[in-house]
Amino acid sequence: MGLATQHKKLEKNINLLAIGSFIAVAIGGIVEIAPLFWIDNTIEEVEGMRPYTPLEQAGRNIYVREGCYSCHSQMIRPFRDEVERYGHYSLAAESMYDHPFQWGSKRTGPDLARVGGRYSDEWHVQHLEDPQSVVPESIMPKYSFLGETPLNTDNAAAMLVALRRVGVPYSDRDVGEAMADMILQANPDSGGDVEDFQQRYPKAQVRDFDGDPSRLTEMDALVAYLQMLGTLVDVDSAAAQERLAEEKGR
Amino acid sequence: MQAEAALGRVGLWLLVMVLSVVMAATAADSGMAAHATIIGIIAFVMVWVTAARFDPLGKTQGFFKMPEGPSRYDDDPIRWGVLATMMWALVGLLAGVFIASQLAFPQLNIEPYFNFGRVRPLHTSAVIFAFGGNILIASSFYVVQRTCRAQLAFPALARFVFWGYQLFIVLAASGYLFGVTQSREYAEPEWYVDLWLTIVWVAYLIVFVGTLARRTEPHIYVANWFYLSFIITIAMLHIVNNLAVPVAWNGSLSFSAFAGVQDALTQWWYGHNAVAFFLTVPFLAMMYYFVPKQAERPVYSYRLSIIHFWSLIFLYIWAGPHHLHYTALPDWAQTLGMVFSVILWMPSWGGMINGLMTLNGAWDKVRTDPIIRMMVMAMAFYGMATFEGPMLSIKAVNSLSHYTDWTVGHVHSGALGWNGLISFAAVYFLVPRLWKRERMYSLRMINWHFWLATLGIVFYAASMWVAGITQGLMWREYGPDGYLVNSFAETVAALHELYIIRALGGVMYLSGAIIMGYNVWMTISGKLREEKPMGAMPAYDPEKDRPIAGSASPEPAE
Repeated sequence: MGLATQHKKLEKNINLLAIGSFIAVAIGGIVEIAPLFWIDNTIEEVEGMRPYTPLEQAGRNIYVREGCYSCHSQMIRPFRDEVERYGHYSLAAESMYDHPFQWGSKRTGPDLARVGGRYSDEWHVQHLEDPQSVVPESIMPKYSFLGETPLNTDNAAAMLVALRRVGVPYSDRDVGEAMADMILQANPDSGGDVEDFQQRYPKAQVRDFDGDPSRLTEMDALVAYLQMLGTLVDVDSAAAQERLAEEKGR
Repeated sequence: MQAEAALGRVGLWLLVMVLSVVMAATAADSGMAAHATIIGIIAFVMVWVTAARFDPLGKTQGFFKMPEGPSRYDDDPIRWGVLATMMWALVGLLAGVFIASQLAFPQLNIEPYFNFGRVRPLHTSAVIFAFGGNILIASSFYVVQRTCRAQLAFPALARFVFWGYQLFIVLAASGYLFGVTQSREYAEPEWYVDLWLTIVWVAYLIVFVGTLARRTEPHIYVANWFYLSFIITIAMLHIVNNLAVPVAWNGSLSFSAFAGVQDALTQWWYGHNAVAFFLTVPFLAMMYYFVPKQAERPVYSYRLSIIHFWSLIFLYIWAGPHHLHYTALPDWAQTLGMVFSVILWMPSWGGMINGLMTLNGAWDKVRTDPIIRMMVMAMAFYGMATFEGPMLSIKAVNSLSHYTDWTVGHVHSGALGWNGLISFAAVYFLVPRLWKRERMYSLRMINWHFWLATLGIVFYAASMWVAGITQGLMWREYGPDGYLVNSFAETVAALHELYIIRALGGVMYLSGAIIMGYNVWMTISGKLREEKPMGAMPAYDPEKDRPIAGSASPEPAE
C-alpha cells in the first residue's frame, strides 16, 4: 500500500521526519504573517498618529504591567452596537506605534480604545482608587497604590531609544528631552517649554492628572495614557471618511 | 562526588551567586532585582549543599521513596517530573479557583501583588507550562525510552532540562506577581526568562533527538512524531513571538519587535499554536502511547495516524487569525483563519476516533478500570472542544462569542477535560510503574477523582456558556426606541451568579486533584488500600435469573 510504505522512510529517519514536520508547520505562518509587512492597509499612515509621549508610554507600561489587557480590549469592531457604545471602529494605523499591541481578547470590562476624554481626570483617579465607589456593579480590583507610587523617570530616555530600535520615529531631541518631557506633561509649571513639547507631540494633553501637582506618580502616567486613547485620529473628518471608503480588504 | 569536582562546582555556584548579588544591587527595577535575588538564593543553597558534600538529591529521593539501583531505563528525571506535575497541578488549579472567586467577589483582590491582572497569567502559566509542561517532558522521556528500547541520551542534560525548566517556571510565575510581563498571552515572561527557556528547550531537543538516534527499533513510534513536532514547533513559535528589544540589560522591561497589526497576528499565530502544539499535539502523543498500553490493545489504525499527524500539524498553524475576527486585521487573513479552523475539525476528530476505537474489544474496561474511564472522558472532551472551536471560529458566531466568557468556557472544556484528564490518567499509569508498586494505592479514589473532575467541568462549562451568550446578547440588545438597552455595568452584574457557579466547578475540579495528590503520596509510600474491586459483578444468584414476571415472551421470537 502506497502511503504507508512511502511513510516508512520518514519513520526510519529522524532528519527527514524533523525537516518534514518543520516545513509543514512553517508554511501557514509565512503565508499569513509575511504579507502584513507590505500590504497597504496594514502599514498605512493616518493623519494625526504620532508616537506616545514619554509620560503616556510610561502609563502604557503600567497598563501592561498590571495586566489590564486581561479584562479590557482596545479594538472596536465594526458593528452598530460597538460603534454606538465605544465610538468609531478601530483602524489598523491607530496601533502602529503599539509595542506590544493591546487589542486584548476579553471584555470583562468595557473596551478602552476610545476612552480618552470620556471621563474627567478626577473620575479616573477615583475609579482606579476604588472602582466600586463610582460603579457599584464593577468587579475591577483597586489600584490605589498607583497614586502613592512615584513614577520612575530615570529610564525615560532609554525607553525611547529602545522603542526607536523597533521602529518608532522618535527624534534625537525627543530622546534628549525625554525625562524633562515626562515631568513637564504632568506639571506645566515645572519650567519647561510646553509649546515646543506640543509641537513635537501634537494633541498631547498637558496638566496634572492625579490631582496632586506636587508629585509625579504612576497614577499621573496611567491617567495620561487613558485620556489620550483614541484621541489622535479624527476618524469623523471628511478626509478620513473618504479614505476609509476607498480602503479595500477590510 | 570527587572532592575536585565538588570544589569546582562550589566555585561555579559561588560565581553565579556573586553575579546575582551584583545584578540585584544594580537592577533597574524591582522585578529584575527580585529575580536576581531568587537566582542568588538558589545559588547560595547550591554552594552550601555542594560544599557540605551532602547528597541532597539522594536524601530527597529517599524521602520520595524512589527506587534505587540500575534499571533498564533512566527513570529518575521522570519520577521528578511526575512529582513536579502533581505539585504544579495543585498550584495552578488553586490559582484558578482564586481568580475565579475574584471575579465573583472583587474584595478578594489584594493590591498590588494579588490583583486579578497579575494572578491571571500566573494561573494560565502554572496550568499550561508548569503542570502541562512537566507531564509533557516527563512522559516524553518515558515514552521515547520505551518505544525506542534505548536509555535517555545525555543523562546529565536530561536532568538540566528538568531543573532548568523548573527555574523557568519559578521566574515566570514570580515575575507576574512583581509586574514583570510582556502582556503577550501565554508568552508573558520577559526577554531574559525567554532566553533561559530557549537554552532549556534546545537541551530538551538534543536529549529527545539523541534518544531517538539511539533507538534499537527500526521505526520511530507514532507518539514520538507528535513529541518531536511539539518540540520543534514550540521552539519556532517561542523565538519568533518573543523577539523584543530590552530597555536596559539590567532591567526587565522590553518592547516587542513588532507593532499593532503585525504584532497582533504574530502573537495569535503563537497563541493559537500554543494551544495546538503545546496542548494538543504532545497530548495526542500521550494518547497514542498510554491509551493502547492501558487498554492492552494496538492503536486502531496505522494509516489514520499518519493522516492524522500530517494534516493536523499542517492545518493547525493557519488557524491563528480566528482570534482576530472583525479587528483591524485584513479580511482575507481572517477568512483564511476561519476556513482552516473549520477544516481542522476533521483531523481533530480523526485523531479522537483513532484513540477511542483503540478500545475496540476492551470497552468493558470503562466499567472496571477508572484510568481507562478517565482516558475515554478525556478523548470525549477533546472531541467536544474540537467541535466547539471550529464553530466559534465561524465569523458570524464569533461576532457574538468573542470577548465573552464563552471563549473562557471553551478553553476550559479543552484544558480541564482533555489536557487535565489525560494527564491525570498518565500520572496514574506512571506512578506505580516508576515506583515499582503493584498498583495505585486506591482505585476507588481514582473513581472519586474522575467524578469530581467531570462534574466540575460540567459546572464550569455550562455556567460559562450561559455567561458568554448572556453577555454577547446583552451587549447588542436594542430597545424599540432604537437605543442600546444595557449599560456595560448591567452586563457585569448579570453574570454574578454564573461566576459563583464557575468557581464552584473549579473547587470540585481542585478537590479531585487533592484526592489524587493523597493517592499518589500513599502509592509512593508503598501502601495499598484494601477496598472492594471496581465494577465487580454481583455473585450469580439463580433465584434472580428468571423471566420478568408478566412478560409474555421472555425469549425473542425466532
